[in-house]
Amino acid sequence: MDITAILQSLEAMTVASWVRESDWAFPMIESVHVIALVLVFGTIAIVDLRLLGMPTTSVAFTAIARDCLLWTWAAFGLAVITGALMFVANATSYYDNFPFRMKMLCLVLAGINMAVFELVTFRGVSRWDKDHPVPIAGKIAGTLSLTFWIATITFGRWIGFTKVPF
Amino acid sequence: MGALAEWLAGTQASLAIQDMLWIVPTVQTVHILAMSVVMSSMFMIGLRILNLAGGYHTMTEAARRFLPWMWWALAVNLITGLVLIIGEPWRTLNNPTFWLKMALLAVAVAAAAGFERTLRRDAGFWERRPGDRKTVRVLVATNFLLWCCVIVAGRWIAYTDVPPP
Repeated sequence: MDITAILQSLEAMTVASWVRESDWAFPMIESVHVIALVLVFGTIAIVDLRLLGMPTTSVAFTAIARDCLLWTWAAFGLAVITGALMFVANATSYYDNFPFRMKMLCLVLAGINMAVFELVTFRGVSRWDKDHPVPIAGKIAGTLSLTFWIATITFGRWIGFTKVPF
Repeated sequence: MGALAEWLAGTQASLAIQDMLWIVPTVQTVHILAMSVVMSSMFMIGLRILNLAGGYHTMTEAARRFLPWMWWALAVNLITGLVLIIGEPWRTLNNPTFWLKMALLAVAVAAAAGFERTLRRDAGFWERRPGDRKTVRVLVATNFLLWCCVIVAGRWIAYTDVPPP
């Protein structure tokens, strides 16, 4: 089964035609997607900034990560669900869309960055959790995370200007 | 509002923004990023009030950590929002959803200012009296929903504009 056939079968789903044809479904799903993504970016940015030592290293990194990342994941789940609903409605044109592809690339890069941080740098967190400068690998992870998420949002908004409706 | 939109659409500033096609998407992106800071700052303060996060700092410290971010991000939203109005006056000024968003925003900003005021007057206000916890929970949830409504109305601006005659 080639990719075009898969995309077309996604578009043929009942839920896909509902999103496509309803007057309010797409804007409403898109609105929830925005609520989800602002919480993803905002909560993960708090963790990223702490990796850069902001506002202070006197609060433990693990305490901030514990407070924020649960919500980051919950909001990310909501963004994936709403994003998938918008995708299936017009799968073929999203697949061909340049900013959409760049957005997916940025998401993958953000995921790889997070995985490397979790599996390598975070292992030694007890040495720099509190009142110590974050190691350079952690600072790089924080900077990359902010960069990839800002790029994700930028390409996401760009999709809207290359497709109708925006 | 139609007359105002018509006049604005003819100004040099508006024409310049309409001419440079990258301005509106870029400014919208900055608008979303700043909205993200506003929303998440309120969210983290809400979690601290509900004792669901931020146990390492007091209410006053939590407010000092997040409220300046919220106010500065709101200022960025005001500036980027003005650019978007100047660039697309018909889409905004002549659109009931835009005015609904402004009304919701006014309530949300007043609530944030009120919160800051109560905290400055009486640092223990949001942490005391366990009997009031239910009211506090309702207030935090309402505030969160209010900001959600601001975002929803903001996104719907794109779908409800009345084109120029």
